[in-house]
Amino acid sequence: MPAVEETVEQVKRIDVDQYKYGFETHIESEKAPKGLSEDTIRFISAKKNEPDWMLDWRLGAYRRWLTMREPGWARVHYSKIDYQDIYYYAAPKAFKAPKSLADVDPEILKTYEKLGIPLKEQEILAGVRKQGEPSELDDETTGGEYTSGRVAVDAVFDSVSVATTFKEELKKAGVIFMPISEAIREHPDLVKKYLGSVVPTSDNFFATLNSAVFSDGSFVYVPEGVRCPMELSTYFRINEANTGQFERTLIIADKGAYVSYLEGCTAPMRDENQLHAAVVELVALDNAEIKYSTVQNWYPGDAEGRGGIFNFVTKRGDCRGKNSKISWTQVETGSAITWKYPSCILRGDNSRGEFYSIAISNGHQQVDSGTKMIHLGKNTISRIISKGISAGKSNNTYRGLVSAHRKATGARNFTNCDSLLIGNQCGAHTVPYIEAKNSSATFEHEATTSKISEEMLFYCQSRGMSAEEATALVVNGFVRDVLQQLPMEFAVEAQKLISISLEGSVG
Amino acid sequence: MADVTPMKTPAEQALTAAYEAARGKLVGKGALADLRADAFQRFEASGLPHRRVEEWKYTDLRMLMREAYPLAPAPDAAAKARAKEAGQILAGVDCRRLVFVDGAFAPELSDLTPEAGLTVGSLAEALANTGNLGDALVAEHVGKTFATEDMAVALNTAFMGDGAVIRVADDTTLQRPIHLVFASGSDKPSASFVRSLVVIGKGAQVTIIEDHDSSEAQVNAVLELVVGDDAKADYYKITRAKALHVASLLASVGAGAMFDTFAFTSDSGVVRNQHFIRFAGEDTQGNIRGVSLLRGKEHVDTTLLIDHAAGHCASREQFKAVLDDQSHGVFQGKIVVEPHAQKTDAKMMTRALMLSDEAESDNKPELEIFADDVACGHGATASALDPGLMFYLMSRGIGAKEAESLLIQSFIGEALEEIEHEGIREALTFAAVRWLGARG
Repeated sequence: MPAVEETVEQVKRIDVDQYKYGFETHIESEKAPKGLSEDTIRFISAKKNEPDWMLDWRLGAYRRWLTMREPGWARVHYSKIDYQDIYYYAAPKAFKAPKSLADVDPEILKTYEKLGIPLKEQEILAGVRKQGEPSELDDETTGGEYTSGRVAVDAVFDSVSVATTFKEELKKAGVIFMPISEAIREHPDLVKKYLGSVVPTSDNFFATLNSAVFSDGSFVYVPEGVRCPMELSTYFRINEANTGQFERTLIIADKGAYVSYLEGCTAPMRDENQLHAAVVELVALDNAEIKYSTVQNWYPGDAEGRGGIFNFVTKRGDCRGKNSKISWTQVETGSAITWKYPSCILRGDNSRGEFYSIAISNGHQQVDSGTKMIHLGKNTISRIISKGISAGKSNNTYRGLVSAHRKATGARNFTNCDSLLIGNQCGAHTVPYIEAKNSSATFEHEATTSKISEEMLFYCQSRGMSAEEATALVVNGFVRDVLQQLPMEFAVEAQKLISISLEGSVG
Repeated sequence: MADVTPMKTPAEQALTAAYEAARGKLVGKGALADLRADAFQRFEASGLPHRRVEEWKYTDLRMLMREAYPLAPAPDAAAKARAKEAGQILAGVDCRRLVFVDGAFAPELSDLTPEAGLTVGSLAEALANTGNLGDALVAEHVGKTFATEDMAVALNTAFMGDGAVIRVADDTTLQRPIHLVFASGSDKPSASFVRSLVVIGKGAQVTIIEDHDSSEAQVNAVLELVVGDDAKADYYKITRAKALHVASLLASVGAGAMFDTFAFTSDSGVVRNQHFIRFAGEDTQGNIRGVSLLRGKEHVDTTLLIDHAAGHCASREQFKAVLDDQSHGVFQGKIVVEPHAQKTDAKMMTRALMLSDEAESDNKPELEIFADDVACGHGATASALDPGLMFYLMSRGIGAKEAESLLIQSFIGEALEEIEHEGIREALTFAAVRWLGARG
């Protein structure tokens, strides 16, 4: 497997504890006053030129939030978050809603370049500079046809979206892909109809906070019968110190539509913790399909567990229509704390939910992640594949719920969660909830926890591999089921990320 | 998730009143009185466990325990006469019967023939003799077998009245199983809090059966079990409790021991069986199994906490539940592997068979692992009878009812067949068949 050798090389090149994306971009930024109050929310809303109904919606959420308590049931421990010590809004200063990438601060573009993110790297960026025309590379590879080789990117820097590529081309197909702040102004009907319909403002502590202060995020609407011509992607970056990022993503696939959406995240290295509380809502109508992939690589903190991102995210998909499908794929390698349960509500008959996850924790990271599959409609099917790898002094928990309601005849679920432990100071935990209220439901759940087998390592080493190579090979084999679900470009990146995350623990 | 301080339910108020009233009468001075007071204080602070308490998520006692029955009076002759028929499920098995009526030891109904290496007594007696935790055995073990914050155990500690105190000397092999029969004798609704202590010496071989056969009674039972190194202990829990029954096994198992348990529950109201088991020494083997048969509006909750505190232990957990009508079956099983418990091998399997669309099955198998060189796993399934298998049997001329019955038998048989003691295996299999026969 050449990919594996490549991975090992990559690991070797990087020193221990070297978070690759830990640099900081020095650009001037404009912030809301520190702390949270109705004034902060009015400030954000005014900055975004939002209509009154949006402001009322936010204020409603804020008032609700004041009555709520921070949840304490997850297996994560962290010092108390001071919600008044955070900037809730930060935007690059020279920022005036850019018409094209040429208007974007070159420092920011450089940042994204450094990150090597799929703003489809330099080629695509060049293509965008030509204002919507396909780039040379695209012409060669696609022959003018739409293929999945191209990726439209929405880049979010702290609190605002700084660049969205391929907008024109998507428009031709009828796909709306824009920052949600723009969508609130340009497509208020769609936003009004769907925003908060999957994750209500009162859903949980962090989602409610997000509803009050969310600043930006992506909005996608794929009209009836349209297969989105390219992968859509958002890149999230927290840059400012003491800033929370609260993005909100809303994706709607109308009847018979299809869309694949990727999300990536990084942040600079800092000694203090930063809060990230996002909400993602997916709505799939009849026969629609949404595929949502995440590669989460927020700064995980240093070797002593200082700093890092607190990642408290609410992601939920609603298979509202018949025969609809929502699939979540996630590779979680970053964050000091991950608290995240991408869920599917299988409301439509014959709808299908899938969850594929790789969660890797090293150092002092704490991961409490999993999914919920709520079967409401008839003959609904769900599938959960979760792979957790714990190393260092980390704790990795899978927490999942599968439930079938009275009327969900013929519901089926298959769950497989495996954990791998590397080293004896880490922990791996599995907490599944399986609730069946219907006799025709068929639920199967299996979980295993083990160490990398000595036998496998010996086998590889006896064939000339080093201990490190052998471990990388076994780990890659362990997570293969999930990697296969990722779009090609991401799969390669994710594979590298996995090796890097385990750096310092292998052998 | 707003901050609310729940109102005290009538049951909680009644328990507080009962404690105040009984405080003078409950035996105990010094350390014992402190133990009780401390436990009750914890109950006062948090009340009955409810769905917001993670371990009791599916068995909300605040909802299920509408009222608290008064503490059972000392059994009179009529009560004892009624209790005679209890524990018939094992009538055909040659056991040493020790009978407790409404939670009080009934020596005249019990088999007290002496046997070398075996000491049998009652907890009330042990506590009363000294008025303190003076009895060496009781003082050494009661409340110390398994540290838990569980509220049912705390309530039991606060109210504990009587129960068995059994000591088996080192290297003793008991000839007959010990059959602890907890029967209800009172013809009025009543509550009892029984606490038993069984200490099995090194290398001893013992079979203990805790058999609860009760009618309109609320029973909170705790059995503390200490299994010595290299001992072989088999523990059976048979439950047929019409009203409310919460039983906790607190066990600590020594090195190199063999420890098998089997819980059989049928014809009950609301039952919660909790097993807290610690593998405290290396090279121990444990088989934790059970079968629950539910119909009507029955609620049976099996909750396990298997704590692998030492390395090189193997545990197997296997539980089956058959759910008919509007019954509610709960299984929660948590395997904990502590940091130094390397080479642990633990496998848990739970399966629910749902015979009715109105039944509910909730499964929560958990792994909590802190050691890396382990092989742990769990599996959980919930489903109806396989229509393919039904078709196979029916195409061979077997009627639908009979086919169903055969498949259910084979489903629970998988667990029942593992019972080592032939007599008990046959008795429980027979009880299961009778349960099936009573299906409409």
